[in-house]
Formats: sequence, structure tokens, C-alpha cells
Amino acid sequence: MPTASQNTLVPVVVDDEKCIADKGCRTCIDVCPLDVLWINEKTGKAHMKYDECWYCMPCEADCPTDAVTVNIPYLLS
Amino acid sequence: MALPDDIPVIDVDILVIGGGTAGPMAAVTAKENNPDAKVMLLEKANVKRSGAISMGMDGLNNAVVPGHSTPEDYVKEITTANDGIVLQDGVLAYAERSFGMIQKLDSWGVYFQKDETGEFDMKKVHHLGTYVLPMPEGHNVKKILYRRLRRHRVVVENRLQAIRLLKDKTGSACGCIALSTREGTVSVIRAKAVIMCTGAAGRIGLPASGYLYGTYENPSNCGDGHSMAYHVGAELSGLECYQINPLLKDYNGPACAYVTGPLGGYTANAKGDRFIECDYWSGQMMMEFYNELQGGNGPVFLKLDHLAEETIQEIEHVLHTNERPSRGRFHDGRGTDYRSSMVEMHISEIGFCAGHSASGVWINEKGETTVPGLYGAGDMASIPHSYMLGAFVYGDICGENAAEYARDREFAELDEAYILSERDRILAPLKRTDGIPPNQFEYKLRRLVNDYLQPPKVTKKMDIGLARIMAMEADIPLLHARDPHELLRANEAQHILDCAKMAAVASMYRQESRWGLYHNYVDYPQTNDADWFCHVQLFKDDNNQMTCKKRPVKPYVVELDEHEKTAYQQMRVQQAN
Repeated sequence: MPTASQNTLVPVVVDDEKCIADKGCRTCIDVCPLDVLWINEKTGKAHMKYDECWYCMPCEADCPTDAVTVNIPYLLS
Repeated sequence: MALPDDIPVIDVDILVIGGGTAGPMAAVTAKENNPDAKVMLLEKANVKRSGAISMGMDGLNNAVVPGHSTPEDYVKEITTANDGIVLQDGVLAYAERSFGMIQKLDSWGVYFQKDETGEFDMKKVHHLGTYVLPMPEGHNVKKILYRRLRRHRVVVENRLQAIRLLKDKTGSACGCIALSTREGTVSVIRAKAVIMCTGAAGRIGLPASGYLYGTYENPSNCGDGHSMAYHVGAELSGLECYQINPLLKDYNGPACAYVTGPLGGYTANAKGDRFIECDYWSGQMMMEFYNELQGGNGPVFLKLDHLAEETIQEIEHVLHTNERPSRGRFHDGRGTDYRSSMVEMHISEIGFCAGHSASGVWINEKGETTVPGLYGAGDMASIPHSYMLGAFVYGDICGENAAEYARDREFAELDEAYILSERDRILAPLKRTDGIPPNQFEYKLRRLVNDYLQPPKVTKKMDIGLARIMAMEADIPLLHARDPHELLRANEAQHILDCAKMAAVASMYRQESRWGLYHNYVDYPQTNDADWFCHVQLFKDDNNQMTCKKRPVKPYVVELDEHEKTAYQQMRVQQAN
């Protein structure tokens, strides 16, 4: 079955300058109820890998370095 | 036959599935009742921030506090709000333990609003009695629960999704098969008693925004427990009594009338006029809400723009720091200010949630399902209108009773052939090299639910909807997952499909209208107490078919007078002459 990939704007933004995932932090990844935040293999920082967000905000609230911002998904903003 | 090495088996005395609200309470209580027992709390996400109260809660919606109401008053209110179809013993068991649970949570450090004399600051939102207790600083509930889990040495397993329950030769529950959502592997947890606390089925319908995860409920609550209970042979009840809630349009979170109502806010039509007498969520209230949306006076709004600045600041503080704190960000993005404009509201997609309406896995006043050794609590279990405090109370009840049940029980012999066939079924999407992506499968399924199963319910439409949903079962062997995360979604989608079938089958079985919008059946517009004053139980029959039967309403323990019986039938504000 042939497939195509579609570009999608994701609501969670991680500031790579502030993110300390490359030093071992996994806070936002751990607390996400939908398990959509993963390590970006290229940068070692956290990023939103799947556009499946409930805009619930534990990732932002619990981040120790204020690196995470939760925006409202474009479809409902 | 022995299980292969790639299917580890973990033995625990008591298995709790779901670490949101009821689950942590059940696990802690089981430990308190039997400190020697091994208690495992299984969570698909992470117990630190999982479930409906991931970011806390802004109030108790059903606090039965001495001096304000009695357990009997509360039983009457909920009996009426649910059109008489309640297991009163179950509601009474909640009500009698409601205040004790508030005191327990208070002693754990959960902050409830108190007045100047130090008494709980109760507010009236319901039609008859006073049951709302604000929690303006309720954002830390999960942290408090987590500390208790640690203190009692509950074994916590995160990122494990329970997929199927196991039962022994006598038909008693004896554990589950779980999928690691990060590894894409399965394991077996064998237990002497199982408590399900898996939350609502909140991902059946498609939100009006079209965003799959923009649901009212936390989208991880997708009906895993409803599907598991069905497949293990438990009865589910009241599935035709959908959850449909009044929400901020597009944002799809609560407005939230229970917070704003006591401070002077209300639901209004486009003219800014009140049209419902009572903002407490009931099917009858939702029917009026729907009528206003569809009629010339719509849309419907949350009206706060008449309130004083300090009141609005208080509302903003509560609504923008608790439960769904991104509400404030949503309003900011559109330039909506409570001070100057009303906020547009809409109705949610359908779901199953006993916390707000009455649908779920059938339990009695001991938290027992119809399968021995299997308990249920919270939004997934059938005690109506139970909200967060009901989840805590039934978690507590289930923890006590499951600890007692497990005490004299041995570990069961595992059905290895079943486990192996389930392992293959669960992992199959990951083994394929191509096929249908889980998100497309889910989108189509949930779009069908919206098109055919939402009220107003029509037999011909539901027939078509059910046929098309059942036709999608043929697509299951084509589901393709590229990684363990997509495998999680592929398995969730199958649970959603089970729930969609349940919604159609239960709705078509009850040939009357009841609960306002929740079961507004156009072919049978009248409520028919002669034939349908009963619960509708859905279960898997001996031929593996989804079937319904009637269960009589158990005689009431609290009688209602005629005024009380009809109180929720007059929701629309009467025009002054």
C-alpha cells in the first residue's frame, strides 16, 4: 500500500538553548499523557514527534528550565 | 505448553489498571488493608500526570457535607438527575463516604476552600441541593497522590497498556496482558484480584474542531477498560446514556459553570439571556442547550461580562491554573476577554463516562463487576454522576474489597494458548511492512460515529452506522504500525471500535427516549416507564455476539416524592408574562 507523509504544525515548542535533555533530563517526556514528546536523535533535545496533543501542559509546568511552550493546536486556535 | 521467554510473567496480589484518580486511591487503600500484599499500579502514561486530573481539579462537584446536605438528599438528587435509572445502593454508598473522603484528602494536603469560620465553603449549582466545594488551589492533587503511592510502596509500572484481561477456569479475573508502549513487547501480569480504573471512553466521537486529540476527555482515556471488560465477559450498563457536555467551542474543555456559576456567571443565548434554570450537567439541561444551539437564539455563550473586575480575576485565576489551564492561552490567542465579551460554547462529541452521566462497566455498591475478582472504579464504572470524588470513594471501596478477595486466593493457572494468540494479535500491526495507518483508521471510525450515532438518534441512521463500523473490522488485519507508539494507537483504535459498536447496539436496544439529549431517540420520542424503567446491560453472549438485556432497577432505598421526581424535567427558563 503506497503512503505519503503530510507536513503538520505541532503545538509543543521546545527551546533547544534551554532544554537539558542532552544532559539526561526526561521530565517532559515522562509526564506527557500521550507519549508524544521524544528525544530528537540529531540534537539530543526533546521535541514533539507526534501531533497528538491535548494541550494539557504538564510538559511546560514541570520543565526545570522553562524550555517548553504549549501552544493551542492550529486546527482549534 | 509453556510461555516463551519473550513473554515475562509478573505475579502480584492486587493489580490496579489505570493510575489517574481512582487507581492511586485503590492501590493505596489495598496496601493499607493488607500491607503484606504486593500491589501493582499499571499506567499507560505516567502516574505523575495521567488521567482526567493531570493538571488538578478546580472543585468537588458532589461533596456531601453535613450541615449542607445528607446522603439521602444526594441520592434523591442523582436519582432525579438520572431519570430514575440508578442503583441507589451504589449512589448511597458513595454519599455516605463522601465527607470522610474529603477529610482524608484534606489531611493529605489537598486544599479545599473554607469560609471565614474555617468551614468548607459550599456552593449551590445543582437543581435542588448544595454540593459544590471549590478547590482554587487544586492543581497539586496528582503530586499528593504520588507521594502516597511512594509511602505505601505500591509498585508502579508506567507506559504499560493493559489490552486484555485474563480469567481462570472458574471464570474469575486473574490478571491481564499488557503492551509496552515504548518497546512494542507484551507481558503478563498475573493477579489474585484486578481493579480497573481506566477512565472514560472519551475518544469515540470526533470533536467539532476535527483535531483527533482535541477531545473533552484526556484522549488517553479511549475506552480500554470498556473493551477489556466486554471481552472478559463483564456486563456494561447504560451505554445509550451518552456523555455529551457543554464546552468552550473548539477548545472543547469545560467553561466551567461550576466555577463561574456561584460567582454570578451563567450560560446565555445570543441575546445574553438565561435559558436554562440550572447549569448542573444533565441530559435534560443538554437537551435545552442543544435546542438553543439549533434554534434562532443560538449560539450559546458563557456570560461573565457583567461581573466586577475582582470577580473576573478570581475566575481567571481558577480557570487558568487548574484542570485545563491552557484555557487562558486559547482566549488570549483569539483576543477573548471575559470582561468585554461572552465566550462561545458548543457541545462535545459523545462518550461513555459515569463521572458525568451514567454509562460504564456495571458495578455494585462494593465496586464488584459481574466477573468475580474484577472491580471497577471512577469514570469507567457505572455509578452515575460520580465525578472526581466518586472516583476516589470507589477507588477506596474497591481497594478494601479487592484486598479481602485476594487474601485467600491462589495464583491461577494461565491459559497459555490464549496468551499466545493475543500476543500475536496485539503485535501484528508492527510485523506488517505496510497497510492502513492507525490515525486514518481512527479518523474514519470516529467520523462515522459523529455521522450516524450522535443524537438525535434515528434507527435507520444507526443501522447504517453500525454496518459501516462493523465493516471496518475487516480492516483490522490491515493496520500497520511503524513503531511501538503507532502500535499503541493501533490497539487503542481497536478498543475505540468496540466502544463505537457498543454505542450503536445499546442505543438501538432501548426503544424510548430518556435522559434528554443523551438518549434522544427520534423513532421513540416518549419516555416509556412501562417497558423501559430498567437498566440496559450489554455483554458478549455465548456466540461471541454483542447483546443486550434488561436489568430491573433495584428497589429504592430512598423514596422520592412527586416534586422531586420531576425536578429535572423543567430546565427551560419560563417566559415572564
